[in-house]
Amino acid sequence: MRRYTVVPARRLGFLVRKEILVLPSRTLVGVFSLGLILLPWFSNDPYLLRVVILSSIFAIYAASWDLLAGYSGQVSFGHALFFGVGGYGSALLNYHLGWTPWLTIVIGAGVAMVAGFLVGIPCLRLRGSYLSLATLAFPLILTGLLFTIPELSGGELGISGIRPLVRSRVGYYYIAVGAMLAVCFALWKIGNSNTGLILHAIREDEVAVRASGINTVRYRLLAFSLSALGAGFAGALFAHFIRVIGPSTLEVALSFQAVIWGIFGGVASIYGPVAGVFVLYPLTEAMSLVRELSEYRLLIFAIVVLLVLLFMPEGVAPWVRDKLEIRCPRCKVRNVVTRATCHICEAPLR
Amino acid sequence: MLQDILVTGLVNGGVYALLAIGFSLIFGVARIVNIAHTGFYMVSAYLLYTLLNLARLNFFLSFLLAVAAVTLLSVICYKLVIEPVRQHEAAVLIATIALGLIFQESLLRIFGGHFRGNPAILEGAVEIAGVSVSYQQLLTLAVVAVVLIATWLLLHHTRLGLAIRATANDLEVANLMGMNVHRVAMLTVAISAMLAAVAGAVVAPLIVVDPFMWLSPLITVLAVVVLGGLGSIKGSMIGAFIIGYAEVLTVFLVPTGAFLKGAVSLSIMVIVLLLRPEGLFGVAFEEER
Repeated sequence: MRRYTVVPARRLGFLVRKEILVLPSRTLVGVFSLGLILLPWFSNDPYLLRVVILSSIFAIYAASWDLLAGYSGQVSFGHALFFGVGGYGSALLNYHLGWTPWLTIVIGAGVAMVAGFLVGIPCLRLRGSYLSLATLAFPLILTGLLFTIPELSGGELGISGIRPLVRSRVGYYYIAVGAMLAVCFALWKIGNSNTGLILHAIREDEVAVRASGINTVRYRLLAFSLSALGAGFAGALFAHFIRVIGPSTLEVALSFQAVIWGIFGGVASIYGPVAGVFVLYPLTEAMSLVRELSEYRLLIFAIVVLLVLLFMPEGVAPWVRDKLEIRCPRCKVRNVVTRATCHICEAPLR
Repeated sequence: MLQDILVTGLVNGGVYALLAIGFSLIFGVARIVNIAHTGFYMVSAYLLYTLLNLARLNFFLSFLLAVAAVTLLSVICYKLVIEPVRQHEAAVLIATIALGLIFQESLLRIFGGHFRGNPAILEGAVEIAGVSVSYQQLLTLAVVAVVLIATWLLLHHTRLGLAIRATANDLEVANLMGMNVHRVAMLTVAISAMLAAVAGAVVAPLIVVDPFMWLSPLITVLAVVVLGGLGSIKGSMIGAFIIGYAEVLTVFLVPTGAFLKGAVSLSIMVIVLLLRPEGLFGVAFEEER
């Protein structure tokens, strides 16, 4: 009996030592995740929990944008479409048909995924800036359509009185944080898999990828669908948390927010956009607490983004990572910056 | 109704053309998708408002001052914010978004969020072929026409214009031929902001100004530019009038048209993109090297 319980524990310890503690950036991510999980034990402040919940939801949204924009290079300016479709899909089913949120959130995310697939099809013919500018159009077209059917969509005011997922705030906290960690880990895994490699290659040179016998159409659509699935899930979680869904979830500002969070944090890394959200969103919230600053918070937000970019044009997360780690010149594996030789191939690092 | 459609479409189309050409120029020469472009338009409209109503200058002087100030502002922004991160495409993108936000928030703090109307500079209307056109609209059309022609002359009949077109066509070769591509880029930014400023100053008396007025023309301009083909001046001009008239027709003829205004013009853009991915007159850019 005992053998069966000890071995997984030992394996877990091995995993932690060899996979997480080996690199400072991963240790940081581990400490961050642990901190989020333990936070309700130290503080029950509903406002703090609310900020972390919303940060988690937006982190899912920004990370899903990164899969599409950072990895496959299809820089979407209309990512709010998927957030809004997920939110509206879930909220409408819940409000008009009375289905339980647990089901409608999944359906909402699924609807967003279909939307992502459909938007991806015309975008196959476009690349670069054309694609960005064209994607900007889709959420606005949907907003126009929603305004013409106010009895169903609630028009400009949206729908309020959507049922919450759970009653307690701490409960929702764990759902949001758990969902964020799970989705971001999954996205990161996808990014580091074969699929992620192909998406990287498509961004760099699509013709070369096609010449290597890879069906780029399938991978570009896959990136769109998966990314929309993530964003739709975030939108549905958001709708059931604040219990209102309105056209503000489709606004240009929210689409641009994803771009800002993603690039500020560092693209094509998944943890970058998450870091971007967890730095910038609580910052703006904190400023709205101070009365003298609250009016200036968007202004300060924009100035902070500009100044940070001047010093870290690659984004915050890659900048921190490059300070802590060094890449082995021979085998390209990352090492702690203090090491003299690579921990895999023992080549001198400098 | 018909004359309303004709005149409003022409005025809107002209203003969109001014904005879209500037946007297109920056993209063509410096490969910058300048989200803050309509921000310059807004700043210029506000400056004109201030100079006219608070400093009590006459229209002509305020117009020149507003345009000059915005052009200067654009060069300062370019030098301080854009040029240091030019190597990083993504950073440039959010730098322009942040600039737009800074304009919006600064104006919101200085002038407050409410709508402010400018008095019409010229009262009265004139009858042209049975269509009543107000002098203000006529003035707008005249300014738009003059500026568009001047831009065309600049681009096609001066050495600077030649340099701009050459850089837009192939940056590396232009550089090898001895053109200072950095200076060309800076001058293009200035010209493009000047066009946006003219557009802002010219429409300010026709509309009400508010700190969020840059967003809706931004969307339209992006639609126009993609429709006409990124980097193509002719395309931007024709695209602007197509979108201008499409918007006006939707507002006047469809019952819930005001809501659908944006949706219709953007749908036109998407359909054109499906049929011709490089836009109506787009230069199919070679893969960047």
